[in-house]
Amino acid sequence: MPAWLELLVRVLVVVVAFLTLPLVVGQAEHKVMAHMQGRLGPMYAGAFHGWAQLIADGVKFVQKEDITPRAADRAVFRLAPVISLLPYLLVLLVIPIGPHGLVAQPLDIGLFFVLAVVGIGVVAVLMTAWSSANKYALLGGLRAAAQLLGYELPFVLAAASVAMAAGTLSLSGIVNAWRPWWLLWQLPALGVFFTAGLAEIRRPPFDMPIADSELVFGYLTEYTGLRFAFFLLAEYVGIVVVAALTTVLFLGGWRGPFADAQLGWLWTLLKVFAVSFVIIWLRVAYPRLREDQLQRLCWLTLVPLALAQLLLTVGVRLAL
Amino acid sequence: MSGVPGSGLIRGLAVTLKTMTRPAITRQYPDVRPDLPPRSRGVIALLEENCTVCMLCARECPDWCIYIDSHKEEVVVPGAARPRQRNMLDRFAIDFSLCMYCGICIEACPFDALYWTPEFEYAEYDIRELLHESDRLGQWMATVPAPPAHDPNGEPAKEETAAAKKAG
Repeated sequence: MPAWLELLVRVLVVVVAFLTLPLVVGQAEHKVMAHMQGRLGPMYAGAFHGWAQLIADGVKFVQKEDITPRAADRAVFRLAPVISLLPYLLVLLVIPIGPHGLVAQPLDIGLFFVLAVVGIGVVAVLMTAWSSANKYALLGGLRAAAQLLGYELPFVLAAASVAMAAGTLSLSGIVNAWRPWWLLWQLPALGVFFTAGLAEIRRPPFDMPIADSELVFGYLTEYTGLRFAFFLLAEYVGIVVVAALTTVLFLGGWRGPFADAQLGWLWTLLKVFAVSFVIIWLRVAYPRLREDQLQRLCWLTLVPLALAQLLLTVGVRLAL
Repeated sequence: MSGVPGSGLIRGLAVTLKTMTRPAITRQYPDVRPDLPPRSRGVIALLEENCTVCMLCARECPDWCIYIDSHKEEVVVPGAARPRQRNMLDRFAIDFSLCMYCGICIEACPFDALYWTPEFEYAEYDIRELLHESDRLGQWMATVPAPPAHDPNGEPAKEETAAAKKAG
């Protein structure tokens, strides 16, 4: 296969995954959340248990009028949805779903790249907040910026613990070095990484920046139509990305009970969906954290825990 | 709450998971019709033959939603000294835009001409259409459910005891 064709196939597969996985997760959220609340959820769209609900939503968003507020900074306002979506697409490029290079773009510093790119989310949020020329958007955006900057620290520290344990920054290398007993040893890091990841994608119970009961819709207040749909898509891609990162770093990626070499991609996908289910589950079960509780959890619980885990990892690595 | 820190968080997760495994309580109404109890107050049906135009229902009605028109007819009974007079019903209408579904008319009727039925799908786009004339009220009769069976542990009906007393 010529190099350009292989490249095309890899990019195409990532784009398809980028467009379908979030839809699957979104539909699962509709149904799981409904049943956890004793409801049925969407039942009409697509005739069978509302399977086409998100497609119908997409059509609705396309039809809506695209409004840019008069006082808005037009260029920034229009660019922000793309900036918020792009980092997640780039992250999907380097996430390995199976052994023997079953990854769109193997990267030796994959973990470093992922953490750096996810950090761009703050820029997108600040862009939306400031360019909207709306006080609720600005309040939400500043809350989001404080939250993202705060939670970046435990996020990176927990990931660093795994990288140190595996002795590599390559995501495939980390899965290769992973052993089942790491599940126990890296458990605090798993908890910290997952919690901080939830806060990074601003999912409930960490949705203080959006907080629709007090800030209208936070930094998304002024967005309509397709641009708003982009932000929604970014949220669901975010779920997939955080679930995939948790899977690859802490849950052993493509390692399953049998046939890792052939069925690796299946184990990865299963784990990603399982973690996504937990993300949805947490949203249903827990109320939103207040702004001060949010920061307290980050700085007084997650950061010390991540540092302690880092020390433990160093100790075990030196002892072995 | 007491106990281990974080136990409340676990309990919260358990509650939502337990709810998910139970069937949802949603009624899918337009697709699946609700199973209403036989005494549901949906709409009032009229059995025209039983009506004697005694006007009790129209008088008892708290919001005056029953309209009754009638005339008298002479009935010649052979062998009688003079012809009898008899009330003939011309119009019986219930305005369901006024009715408050108290059921007093049905209680008041001494001749069992009015019945409750559980039908409830008679909404209209024009409020004037909610005035049901006797033909419409008569059509509801087909939907009147059978009366519930007599409670075997309950007291026997007055008619039964009276008949038993007369017989023995």
